Amino acid sequence: MTTGEPAKSRSRALIESIVSSSWSSRIAVALVAVLVVLLAVQAVKEPAQLVIGITNGAIIALVALGYTLVYGIIELINFAHGDNFMIGSFVGLTVLSGTFAGLSFFGAITDDSGTLIKLAGVLIAMAVAMIACGLLGVGIERVAYKPLRNSPRLAVLVTAIGMSFILQNVGLVWKGPAQVPFPELISSANILPTDAVVFRWKDLFVVGVTVPLLVALSYFISSTRQGKAMRAVAQDKEAASMVGINVNRTISITFLLGGILAGASGVMYGLFNGITVFNVGFTQGLYAFTAAVLGGIGNLSGAVVGGFLIGIIGSMADQYIGVRWTAIVIFAVLILVLVFRPTGLLGDRSAMQGGGQ
Amino acid sequence: MRRRRRWWGGGGDEALTAKIVSDLPRQGANRAQTTTMVNAINLAIEEREGKAGDINIEYEGLDDATAQAGQWDAAKCAENAQTAAQDEETIGWIGPFNSGCAAVEIPILNEAGLAMISPANTYTGLTKPTPDESEPDKYYPTGERNYARVIVTDVQQGQAGASFLADEGVETVYILDDRETYGKGVADEFQTAAEDLGIEVIGREGIDGSAPNYRSLMNKVAADDPDAIYFGGIIENNAAQIIKDKVGAGMSNEDVLFIGPDGIFVDELISQGGDSVEGIYTSFGGIPPEELGDTGQEFIDTYEENYDDDVQPYTAYAYEAANVMLDAIERASEEAGGEVPDRQVVVEQVFATQDFDGVLGTWSFDEDGDTSLTELSIQEVEDGQFQLNRVLDVSEFE
Repeated sequence: MTTGEPAKSRSRALIESIVSSSWSSRIAVALVAVLVVLLAVQAVKEPAQLVIGITNGAIIALVALGYTLVYGIIELINFAHGDNFMIGSFVGLTVLSGTFAGLSFFGAITDDSGTLIKLAGVLIAMAVAMIACGLLGVGIERVAYKPLRNSPRLAVLVTAIGMSFILQNVGLVWKGPAQVPFPELISSANILPTDAVVFRWKDLFVVGVTVPLLVALSYFISSTRQGKAMRAVAQDKEAASMVGINVNRTISITFLLGGILAGASGVMYGLFNGITVFNVGFTQGLYAFTAAVLGGIGNLSGAVVGGFLIGIIGSMADQYIGVRWTAIVIFAVLILVLVFRPTGLLGDRSAMQGGGQ
Repeated sequence: MRRRRRWWGGGGDEALTAKIVSDLPRQGANRAQTTTMVNAINLAIEEREGKAGDINIEYEGLDDATAQAGQWDAAKCAENAQTAAQDEETIGWIGPFNSGCAAVEIPILNEAGLAMISPANTYTGLTKPTPDESEPDKYYPTGERNYARVIVTDVQQGQAGASFLADEGVETVYILDDRETYGKGVADEFQTAAEDLGIEVIGREGIDGSAPNYRSLMNKVAADDPDAIYFGGIIENNAAQIIKDKVGAGMSNEDVLFIGPDGIFVDELISQGGDSVEGIYTSFGGIPPEELGDTGQEFIDTYEENYDDDVQPYTAYAYEAANVMLDAIERASEEAGGEVPDRQVVVEQVFATQDFDGVLGTWSFDEDGDTSLTELSIQEVEDGQFQLNRVLDVSEFE
């Protein structure tokens, strides 16, 4: 973890790095610049794809935040995070069905329920999933990562992969190997009066959930005592404990926050796409992890930028290059960026300072 | 299915025992269907009191799906085929379900000389030439055929889909496929047939079956304004999500017809897709259970007396495949003087099947192991159920 430097020296460092960069790096940055210009031009031409890219990117960004939060604090890629996201969508689905472990608490909330009941259902499902996934995240840290805190980093990494498989199999036993449908609680009707740009209630829902969560998280990290403690632990664990910060509790809270985001995005994913499946955590997690690396892992703003970039690049590639090339395009952009900036787009700022400085 | 093995418990002459295996994806969206198929094979054996001629038949139902994949898995297919190839008692193989799996298994079992009858593979290149000149010979390293199927191929299914769309007045179509042996193959056949019928193909895309959604793709398709969309693929590759996003992109199933092959003709599609699958069509390389003839209806009644679940589209095809296999073993053992026949003789007898009078009608295998049946059907989803829309006879297309 490096500490943040004043903006002036950062810009000078940037210029120095350009002067000292190799030709391959310069070509890479030129390509990225061309890509960004192309994306901007196409976004004006195809505003509908931009909207799709932004909403897809928002879900990726929320998951990516979970990866980056944990990495910022203990420098661990928490592979179980994607699967926590999957569990979140299953928890939401179970809440909406009104039946758990054979006990029926209330009638299932379906497409035909009244608007108020739907709204209440969405809120409750989201809240329950956030709590459940938050606790699951903390539990995983306690059981699987804490005992290994002083072991070689590889040991924790393998444990994280193991946790990921365990959660995936829990999902498999819970809902079976086939895709499971979510009730259509949120209307797919267009809000805007024009047909030129389609902005559906579902898109509004995604924005309406993501933005407050991002603002709340940013406030929490930058302005609360606990947030300051997190930043301190991110910078130097030992020094933080010397000044009286409870490091264990701070790490637990980080996993709690990551889990809460996973739960919220899991339910949002299900309601938005209408279908979820036990291995969705792997595919979505891969993109989210890519977003975190693209933006600079450990950096909160970076995860958000990376998520939106991947969402938009994905939808533009679907439109202009062909669906079968989309994954290749996304990872090609990732490689290009890493060639030029091995720390990711915003990677020179340290972990928890992303929102604040 | 293991609890239903009571039929071979007795029997004094232990020496004359042979084994047949089935290989189906028992996990994933097709689970309900493949369970009925295993039941149907068990039923066929039980009806013969566990015997083919004087040979006691042992049956094992293999699973070529993995839970992790949620569908068939090439490594599992190869593993199952190798196990059966090395088990000398095994003289008949029923399956597989997915054409991609068949492409892995046929060469292994061909080397082993084991007779295969698939109830469900429709990919043309497994038995007949395709534009890829290495097909079908690359599946048969020994040069001898050992694989037959009781369902018509995708050439016919593609024709059926295209002629249905032409009947409906469709002029332009957008084709999607799931990039698998089967999905891409059937989409290719459909494309050829559609172009022959004068339907303009305005786009073709291969999709990623694990993508979270297909909204940008469908947005792009909607801009091209096709009259219909064809999806060549299986339900496991996110078919329900594709349909949801198609409808979500403003292309209702009334304005822009949606049709897919038998790979999405699974009840699970309706529970996954909900309202958005209402009004879509699927083709099927056969006819649905309720349209089968008298023998077929008898089978359905017997099945429903013995098992709790309902017959699915491929149940009767599994039953037919089992009966063809058991008949072939019976004839082969007669030829072997009542002994357990060699695999080679069973293969010969499978291919010698002529005028078989079964639940699907009366039909024969041609020299490639393809059925002489020519009836296909188009289903429409109405009121949350697959309903027969029409039966097409492909012999009229040629």
